[in-house]
Amino acid sequence: MPHDHDHPHDHATTHRHPLRPDQDDTLTYWRAMEVAVRALLIDKGIVTADEVRRQVEDMDHRSPLQGARVVAKAWADPEYRKLLLEDGGAACEAIGLDRGPYKLVVVENTDAVHNVIVCTLCSCYPRWLLGLPPDWYKSRSYRSRVINTPREVLKEFGTSIGEEVVVRVHDSTADMRYLVLPRRPAGTEGWSEERLAGLVTRDSMVGVALARNP
Amino acid sequence: MSAPETMAPRFRSGDEVAVRSAYPVGHVRTPYYIRGKRGVIERLCGAFGNPEELAYARSGLPRQPLYRVRFLQREVWPDYGGNPQDTVDVEIFQHWLESAA
Repeated sequence: MPHDHDHPHDHATTHRHPLRPDQDDTLTYWRAMEVAVRALLIDKGIVTADEVRRQVEDMDHRSPLQGARVVAKAWADPEYRKLLLEDGGAACEAIGLDRGPYKLVVVENTDAVHNVIVCTLCSCYPRWLLGLPPDWYKSRSYRSRVINTPREVLKEFGTSIGEEVVVRVHDSTADMRYLVLPRRPAGTEGWSEERLAGLVTRDSMVGVALARNP
Repeated sequence: MSAPETMAPRFRSGDEVAVRSAYPVGHVRTPYYIRGKRGVIERLCGAFGNPEELAYARSGLPRQPLYRVRFLQREVWPDYGGNPQDTVDVEIFQHWLESAA
């Protein structure tokens, strides 16, 4: 066993690392609040522990795969694309997905316009289509910088947008939720929706990246 | 006469508007950076309970028309360095908007 670490120990005894405190036992103010409210709701018979767990399970099942199905169908089916841009909720329902608790606004990337989504006030995100938002989406750094220097922030994601292309930032401040319809990559003519969906990433639907090339 | 449940929309797509420069305390969903700025109504999104009321467990009525308002980035951030046509679209409730036509 290498002895390149700096904590003292007795070589005569069995090698043991010093005890490191667990990092999952911090009862913060908000954590205590959640535990207390949950316990009260269960005690008062308003929800059951089973229902709470089921909601968490349902949330964990949502993922960008749902959004990718929507995008791939819009690429493959012009009528569906039209519906998606006019009425996002109806387009979700049309392929058996949850309509979602909020109104869905779909913004389409073209060769002249690139769209990117942020919620500068908190972390609003179309969870029923993309699952939980990534940590960077909720970070102050992303929220405060993508709003006024979107091109620089997109470059940090490896996404360079030409000067001639208009960048539209959408700030999700109230009751709408947003999904970017990325551009369909070249060289995918005749592909099935299932195969197309494999090119649609979470980040491309937030607008910080383009869809994958085949 | 009882108060209406939903306020009638005052603006249409394409109307020029300005966001009120107001700084009330409480739960406000009009970002600071957009107050006092001029933009154009992109669309009417519908009418929704007023978050400034809902946040305090009140009814949120009357519902307020909610708009997506499009602003030029160079209008919002005077030193903006990108394409002069770049925009930011923000959802803003009607009671935060004034006509700027």
